[in-house]
Amino acid sequence: MGWLGPQEWEAVALSLKVSLWATLAALPLGIFVAHALARWSFPGKQFLNGIVHLPLILPPVVTGYLLLLSFGPQGPLGGLLQEMGIVLAFRWTGAALAAGVMGFPLMVRAIRLSIESVDPKLEQAAATLGASRAWVFATVTLPLILPGIIAGAILGFAKAMGEFGATITFVSNIPGETRTVPSAIYAFLQVPGGEESAMRLVVVSVIFAMGALLVSEWLARRAARRVVG
Amino acid sequence: MTLSVDIRHRLGDFAVDVTFEAPPGLTVLFGRSGSGKSTVINAVAGLLRPEAGRITVDGQTLLDGASGVELPPHKRGLGYIFQEGRLFPHLSVRQNLKYGRWFRKRSRADVAEVVEMLGLGPLLDRRPGALSGGEKQRVAIGRALLSDPRLILADEPLAALDEARKAEILPYFERLRDEVSVPILYVSHSAAEVARLATTVVALEAGRVTGQGPAADILGDPMLTPLGARAAGAVLEARVARHHDDGLTELDAGGVALFVPRLAQMPGQPLRVRIAAQEVVLSRGAPEGLSALNVLPGRVERIRPGTGPGAIVSLATPAGTVLARITQRSAKMLDLAEGVSCYAVVKSVAIAPEDVGGPDGAA
Repeated sequence: MGWLGPQEWEAVALSLKVSLWATLAALPLGIFVAHALARWSFPGKQFLNGIVHLPLILPPVVTGYLLLLSFGPQGPLGGLLQEMGIVLAFRWTGAALAAGVMGFPLMVRAIRLSIESVDPKLEQAAATLGASRAWVFATVTLPLILPGIIAGAILGFAKAMGEFGATITFVSNIPGETRTVPSAIYAFLQVPGGEESAMRLVVVSVIFAMGALLVSEWLARRAARRVVG
Repeated sequence: MTLSVDIRHRLGDFAVDVTFEAPPGLTVLFGRSGSGKSTVINAVAGLLRPEAGRITVDGQTLLDGASGVELPPHKRGLGYIFQEGRLFPHLSVRQNLKYGRWFRKRSRADVAEVVEMLGLGPLLDRRPGALSGGEKQRVAIGRALLSDPRLILADEPLAALDEARKAEILPYFERLRDEVSVPILYVSHSAAEVARLATTVVALEAGRVTGQGPAADILGDPMLTPLGARAAGAVLEARVARHHDDGLTELDAGGVALFVPRLAQMPGQPLRVRIAAQEVVLSRGAPEGLSALNVLPGRVERIRPGTGPGAIVSLATPAGTVLARITQRSAKMLDLAEGVSCYAVVKSVAIAPEDVGGPDGAA
């Protein structure tokens, strides 16, 4: 990446690291929540659905501020995590949390749709053949929704790459620690002569976003074919 | 092995209250759609929890509402053949067949034997999406068998198939009944399937058992047959006598010759023939100048008037009891009464291939 300057490269590398961790950490929870929303009925289901979708609807600044209130040094969860040696505020880990929270609704929606397209009668058939609930999930549900999981992960990753408002509110804009690509573009535009750097990062962003969209569309089509058989 | 079912369940306005015991062999739950058949079979499989009741297989309790015992489906050790196959689309035929063995490691069922019996060899590496309806159902039968079940459940396994595919799959169920020692609980609304397959019939109507017994008894009694007079018919035991050049097969039923469209069975082979009551014509004198080939002499045993203009006449013949569905007016015109001698006339082509099947080894 010779055409990227050291500061720009730093932002791209940090964004990739933050987004990767955000996606990996959110995925197991995302699959669990998507499965619960698709298949179980329990009190408070609509409430959970609302909480999951909140980051999609709220202004990102509000989400970031709520994260600061709960996970900041003075926040209830932040204090608890600090005692365990985990600091999120103004660290790249906090940026990953913000990115994960913002990408979570997209991830859950994609996975939930794929779970809903799996015929529960197939899962019943597996149960009659001797598979416990966990085995039914592992051998029937999971393979059938794998394309949906990958699509959800890619969408979540793309959202994490572009996350700005919640990140800058929660963990600020510290070079090398929390200055991801969008924050870096914003910072470059604030200084005279930064337009060129900003433009290069814009190109990088567009490439990542388009790539993610194409791959996830392709996987969604594959998933539909596969479930139909 | 015996299956014992005693359940009560309510679905909206519809109440199911069913008690029966299934002896070894193939037991058909026989009734029209909405009679509660599927509720019963799904309760046995554990896919539906009845409000109250008790289900045991071979003395092991699968469900007991009173003591709160409820085995989950995967611990019941049953093989379920569904109407729509329900093969796993992401697995090959081979993997589908072996699915149950991942969980029941001690399985005694032999894969090669089952593949051979169901003719699945050429299909093993295909995906379910590339199979025809009949092939899918054969794989589903094999998959259930290979999970080493102590009881096989089949919920209208032929209902989604066309006539040709039905004829292709029916013999496999006959082989299952005769060659595999696993008992079968089979849900059906087809009198032809009952006549061919059933060791025992449990007739269901509006959520209740209206009769239980051998196929000939239930189908031969319009009061017990859930589909009413239309499904009533006699089930005769016969044997293939010889094949004729003109496309007919001659059967020997208790010394009486019966001509039916050509069968595949070899001469000497015993089989069952269902003769639907509405295909039988009665004549007081020995009929002459008639195109129908099958004439069975007999004596009227019983005349049961229906609620409409029809009546069902039971005729004792050397081949067994034959039922005829005629009008009450005809019965009067012929002076039919108990003990009167009479002839039953049946067209050969009225005996459809699906009405003729292998013998019941377990009966």
